[in-house]
Amino acid sequence: MEKSTSISTLTSDQITRDLLPQKFGKRGMIWTGILIVVSLFGLFAYARQLRYGLIVTHMRDYVSWGIYISNFVFFVAISLVGSLITAIFRLTNVKWRTPITRIAEIIAVSNIVFAALIIVVDMGRPERFMNLVLHGRIQSPILWDVIVISTYFFISILLLYFPLLPDLKILLKFKKQTGKRLNKLYRFQGSFWKGTKEQMHISDRSISILCIVIIPVAFMIHTVTSWLFATTYRPGWDSTNFGAYFISGAFLAGAGAVAVAMYVFRKAYKLEKYITDMHFERMGRIVVMLALVYLYFNVNEFLTPAFKMKESERSLILQLFVGSYAPMFWFAILVGMIIPIIILVFKKGRRPLPMFIVGIMVVVGAWFKRYIIVTPTLLHPFLPMQNVPENFKYYFPSWEEWAIAGGSLAGALLVITFFARIYPIIPIQETIDEQNELNEKNEKDESK
Amino acid sequence: MNDNTNKSRREFLLTGLLASAAVAGCSDKNNPFSTEDQVALTGQKVKLLSVDGEVIEIDKAFLKPVPDTPQLSNSEERRGIPGKKFVMVIDLSRCKNLRRCQSACNHMHQVHPGQNWIKVLGMEDADHTAPYWQPTTCMHCDEPPCVKVCPVDATFKRQDGIVLIDSDRCIGCRFCMAACPYSTRVFNWEEPILTEEVADQPYSCETSMPQKRGTVGKCDFCPDMSRKGELPHCVSACPNGVFMFGDMNEDSVTNGAESFRFSDLIKDKAGYRLMEDLGTKPSVYYLPPVNRNFPYESGLENEYKPDHLYEDAKLSIKKN
Repeated sequence: MEKSTSISTLTSDQITRDLLPQKFGKRGMIWTGILIVVSLFGLFAYARQLRYGLIVTHMRDYVSWGIYISNFVFFVAISLVGSLITAIFRLTNVKWRTPITRIAEIIAVSNIVFAALIIVVDMGRPERFMNLVLHGRIQSPILWDVIVISTYFFISILLLYFPLLPDLKILLKFKKQTGKRLNKLYRFQGSFWKGTKEQMHISDRSISILCIVIIPVAFMIHTVTSWLFATTYRPGWDSTNFGAYFISGAFLAGAGAVAVAMYVFRKAYKLEKYITDMHFERMGRIVVMLALVYLYFNVNEFLTPAFKMKESERSLILQLFVGSYAPMFWFAILVGMIIPIIILVFKKGRRPLPMFIVGIMVVVGAWFKRYIIVTPTLLHPFLPMQNVPENFKYYFPSWEEWAIAGGSLAGALLVITFFARIYPIIPIQETIDEQNELNEKNEKDESK
Repeated sequence: MNDNTNKSRREFLLTGLLASAAVAGCSDKNNPFSTEDQVALTGQKVKLLSVDGEVIEIDKAFLKPVPDTPQLSNSEERRGIPGKKFVMVIDLSRCKNLRRCQSACNHMHQVHPGQNWIKVLGMEDADHTAPYWQPTTCMHCDEPPCVKVCPVDATFKRQDGIVLIDSDRCIGCRFCMAACPYSTRVFNWEEPILTEEVADQPYSCETSMPQKRGTVGKCDFCPDMSRKGELPHCVSACPNGVFMFGDMNEDSVTNGAESFRFSDLIKDKAGYRLMEDLGTKPSVYYLPPVNRNFPYESGLENEYKPDHLYEDAKLSIKKN
């Protein structure tokens, strides 16, 4: 049994000890501290925005959506990965998913929460949020977005929670290591779980149903988000390709984020035995495939309008290809897609460190890609930009906008960080079960 | 209720109807808002024409002024003026970029400095075609993209064709601004600068005042003026008669000085609407800039310098 991974030699005690949530080390403290400071600074900027109004942003009548909205699209995109890895892998019975499902799911939950928050930040009248319920009109794509995003949030939370229950039972046994307060929390969340056959049955069935349900909902969150743009007449947004273009981009961005998180958790919690090189290799194959798909939709999105050069699209396309937005546009294409593809087609490129770097490239490229989708279009209205102050005719985010956007990103990371502090980031029970299965299989093989 | 208990209901209504015409005749002593019906007779009689066509004579003291614009309920404002279908015709051959329309509109609606609900655009469709001035209002589309996308019914289409905004309901998502192909909508990015009198009023969809921070504003076709039987501010402010406003059902439009049969005007002068291919079906028609009253160049001297206005206004905010 040379070939079987190092996991096969682990006892369940060792697995439990390895995977128990750990206190922050020195690095963990610094990391968390930085995130808290950035988040608080974002909060301070938002307090200013609440006080003075959206005038503190550099959005104006032409560029009426800016970095908040592109950040929203980015969050929704990253969030989609929860369904990819949890649901699609589970339904297609991909065995190696176990150590990364929870990572993917917490990324999904934290990002969908901050997607919702950043939309509230973008509202001119956040205190009237309830009007969406009181006076909601179902014909507006915004209402569709509210419905599917909240649905996705609840399904994701349940998909995070149900597989956590057996682990909570284990955690309750380790009161000394986890501390009194966390023990109380685990008890509150999971004391009803006895792990009986009946409970297991209910839990397995619920997870299967949720996995099936979440796939169409996940497709909807990003398709509807793309429709916020595609239902308008604007050049650059008025595209039938937009749903597929957004979905493929979201899968890529999310997979990149998971690759980064895998690497970081592996390093920080010394999980080399659980998140193995094999996992990076497999993830790398998926990322390269998703990048190719996204590149394909990008060609679709730009080649045909650029071939025709309709008058309304012309100035926008020129600005993106060779004009003032060209550096950012080509950065997103090159760093977000083409270079990752080149790196990942080689076996060496799919090892942990290159995968981590590629993941960062994909995620950063994805963020700028969203910026390039939202802002330049608004600078190309049908009627000329006249009779307005000079600063209405261009857009670069104000420091408040950067601070709030940065704060929201830090906030999302903070949620993930605290989650990993409180709960085992790799499912303990599932890993043990898998281990037992493997051992049984080995014994059978030997007895033969 | 002493000596006027026998006043008939008809006369009571009559006074209300005709009072606004006779406000000037009211004696100062009579508090027009007094809840008591006790009226000291002045002895002076006025002749009035009743709704039935009878000439009647009543004491002057019974004439009561009614407020300039009666307060309408939100649902009445959302319904619109029955039987009307408002339409505007903008004659490009008459425009010389004077921007009186713009300043009147900005003044009457207390639009934020630097922003405009009416823009006069210097247009040139292609390299070798003639430039012209194009005043651009809200198009009050019959298939309004802004109304379609509004998640809370804050912007709505009325039965008289007007598209309005309820700033008490608007959540400030700005989806309507992204959806409007005519870029007609403006946003109150900061606290609007209002006169005290306006700031204290409750918001009215028909006057679009007072504007509120964090909500969207735009040209409203001045339905409050239509209710009074008057023309929108831009129409009456234009000395060149560029704007003609009227009712599609009556098939007539007027700029105050001249009146036209709407269908004839559009037919004779080949009227058109903006971006017909989008299917928005605007209520604003344009007459092409042919046989112009002024050369295009004469409008250049009025080129708008909003930056100065904007900075001035900002200074004045700071001082206050």
